[in-house]
Amino acid sequence: MQQVNYDELIPNNVDLANDRRLKRALEQWHPGFIDWWLDMGPEGFQENEVYLRTAVGVDPKGWAHFEFVKMPEYRWGIFLAPKEEARTIPFGRHKGEPAWQEVPGEYRAMLRRLISIQGDTEPASVEQQRHLGKTAPSLYDLRNLFQVNVEEGRHLWAMVYLLQAYFGRDGREEAEALLERRSGDQDKPRMLGAFNEDTPDWLSFFMFTFFTDRDGKYQLESLAQSGFDPLSRTCRFMLTEEAHHMFVGETGVMRTVERTVQAMNEAGITDPHDVEAVRALGVIDLPTLQRYINFHFTVSMDLFGSETSTNAANAFDAGIKGRFHETKIEDDHQLHNDTYPVLKLVDGEFETVEEPALNALNARLRDDYIRDCASGVKRWNKVISKAGVDFELTLPHQAFHRQVGQFAEIHVTPEGEMIDAETFAAREHEWLPNKADQEYVASLMTRCYEPGKFAGWINPPKVGVNQQPGDFEYVRIHG
Amino acid sequence: MALLRQHLIDPEVCIRCNTCEETCPIDAITHNEDNYVVDADKCNFCMDCISPCPTGAIDSWRTVATPYAIEAQFEWEELPEEIEYEEEVEAAVDAEAADEVEAILERAHAGQGKVTAPFSAAHPHVNTYSRREPAIGKVVGNYRLTEPGTDSEIHHIVLDFGGQAFPVLEGQSIGVIPPGEDERGRPHIVRLYSVASPRDGERPNHNNVALTVKRERVEKDGKVYYGVASSYLCGLERGAEVQVTGPYGDTFLMPNHPQANIIMICTGTGSAPFRAMTERRRRHAPDAAGRLLLFFGARTPGELPYHGPLMKLPRGLIDVELAFSRLPDRPKQYVQDRMRARADDVAALLKADNTFVYVCGLKGMESGVDEALGDICRDHGLDWTALRKEYRENGRYHVETY
Repeated sequence: MQQVNYDELIPNNVDLANDRRLKRALEQWHPGFIDWWLDMGPEGFQENEVYLRTAVGVDPKGWAHFEFVKMPEYRWGIFLAPKEEARTIPFGRHKGEPAWQEVPGEYRAMLRRLISIQGDTEPASVEQQRHLGKTAPSLYDLRNLFQVNVEEGRHLWAMVYLLQAYFGRDGREEAEALLERRSGDQDKPRMLGAFNEDTPDWLSFFMFTFFTDRDGKYQLESLAQSGFDPLSRTCRFMLTEEAHHMFVGETGVMRTVERTVQAMNEAGITDPHDVEAVRALGVIDLPTLQRYINFHFTVSMDLFGSETSTNAANAFDAGIKGRFHETKIEDDHQLHNDTYPVLKLVDGEFETVEEPALNALNARLRDDYIRDCASGVKRWNKVISKAGVDFELTLPHQAFHRQVGQFAEIHVTPEGEMIDAETFAAREHEWLPNKADQEYVASLMTRCYEPGKFAGWINPPKVGVNQQPGDFEYVRIHG
Repeated sequence: MALLRQHLIDPEVCIRCNTCEETCPIDAITHNEDNYVVDADKCNFCMDCISPCPTGAIDSWRTVATPYAIEAQFEWEELPEEIEYEEEVEAAVDAEAADEVEAILERAHAGQGKVTAPFSAAHPHVNTYSRREPAIGKVVGNYRLTEPGTDSEIHHIVLDFGGQAFPVLEGQSIGVIPPGEDERGRPHIVRLYSVASPRDGERPNHNNVALTVKRERVEKDGKVYYGVASSYLCGLERGAEVQVTGPYGDTFLMPNHPQANIIMICTGTGSAPFRAMTERRRRHAPDAAGRLLLFFGARTPGELPYHGPLMKLPRGLIDVELAFSRLPDRPKQYVQDRMRARADDVAALLKADNTFVYVCGLKGMESGVDEALGDICRDHGLDWTALRKEYRENGRYHVETY
């Protein structure tokens, strides 16, 4: 067996050098991970040097270290946010008790399940995005894709660390299984629906990082509140990286919108609905962008689960999974006597109903998520209105196009009007990306690998990565 | 008047991810529905928030007399324009130190008559900091440029000014006050060093400057003496604080218009202003129509500061001619020899209306360069004496030697 120095290879702040049991477990897992990465990671770029950010420590100055590395040689580290002394469990029935440093026996199964689900999403998105490199609109975007990919890889490491360090044999088996499932595979699919969808083009990638990775942010935020301290600290550090993924999505869509309205103005096109004329310019028309938003927003909404959920209530009560910014909320953090307003279907009508707050935690987290999405959409709209184009991107009604929860059974327009199944089927192409949209977007996906140059449908960013100049060669393609 | 470099967040680039607010150890960052903002009363420039920011929005700065309040920042849709503060700053001249500096600059520019700056040069700030009220530069980098074992010890030193505004242009100098007193018990005089970094910082958009400093070494009566200021600077550790005055110089400045051709002639640390000018072009006008032609002399490649990085610059950006005077088994070559070798190109550039010539280095090179230019002109039907006069009057010929 190849001798690897794991202390050097795995930057960490968990004292790996002195934890022989954990070291042995990781040593056994690592070759499988590398095989998985070579097999399922970014296709065709494993040998290229990429300008990547590597975390080498958790203090603000140490964790964003930039250098050129080949992706298989990226140092996937294990980092936990610094320990807060005397931290107590912030919510649930154990509120005020010292935070757990070991897994509490009674919640072992629940915790393992949550960590496995979170861990499963990380490699899944790498698999979904593995073909995108071939059609990158610039070296800058290519580099951002790979940064997202290696960080998803690191997040997998983070979850595997928890499984191996705290869950014994079961944990090691779960860790192996994370490398065996495959996104979209008939026999061994990834656990969650959205993570078995293909990411066919860069617009989908930007939408995915804006909407779907943002679900990840909210899940991590609520796990960061956990009474199980190692989970809390792990998630807090992951959130610092997750912010980069939101950034790639928000600015990716924004730069696309910028290019579109700019091209429209240059060509003197004032009607954003004149799709044919806008597409003739080689940019993505705003109605198509709206349909992509409708799709990715709703698929991501499903990831939050049912509006009312006893699982979520149990996890909260147990002190395992809290609310977004739990410690900043002013209430008793136990919620036995509180209610929360939830949009429900009552006698075929939408109605806001006061539900027991404990049961409504998924709905509450989803509301926080929607607000966050809306503020990003607002910034995209600013670009459109600044350019003087009369069009407004919107988030669809939360009952539109849902597969999970109480709205899965009904058909609703993006504006929230209930319709029958036939009408929905007949008009679906107006609301969700249709075949022509997908073909058109696919036709724009030609790669642009010249330093400083960008494909015609997207604008350059305002600022380079780590303040690098515009023509910086973020990925060394040309040898 | 005291100016502040205020730390701000660019609302057009920020994605409101909360990372900076989470990171700030003293809660100087806050937000409303629209914007994340930095409270100037609290921010202590620890820079902890800079590297975790996924967007670069956090790395935004403005020079201000009165800091923008957070309430104002909440309303912004974009960052305000940079305000020019020239007049107020010039009022802060410290007469005594200014005299001292003027004497140095006079020597450096000696024999040129009245010189003006290139017409398109940016307006320089001068004398913003004085001996009485120096700026404090923190050493954030100091390493030797010349190969070990060579006689000349040249260092690349980066000073960061933190929250103090220190606007400086390519070609300007800054003063360094060595600590302590001379043998007569008086404070050391200010030493001047040309900045080697462009106006937006050694690192883009950082409030720092780079210097190219040669450790002066004189052998006399069998003893070796080292220069007070250069030894002090070359020996500084990271984190050390240096008293800095200036900036100085309002003529040896680069033309801003991209059509300008720039002929740069230097030896040793005289390359500092040209590194700054070249980097300015590289960052902001790499495809400029104007040409850059550099003649650069040293004894050996190992003693030529920035030899490696210089060789990596694209030919499309700069045309480089190196002259080495101590290569084994090779005839001695000086910058004027390379200039003569490129006589046709030099003459063609001199004839163009858009050409600016700069000479920087040891006093000794001045006459050799002047003669070479004379010869080149003669061979190409030009009168250098008349041309030089015209160039000087129009701010197109600049000499700074020491």
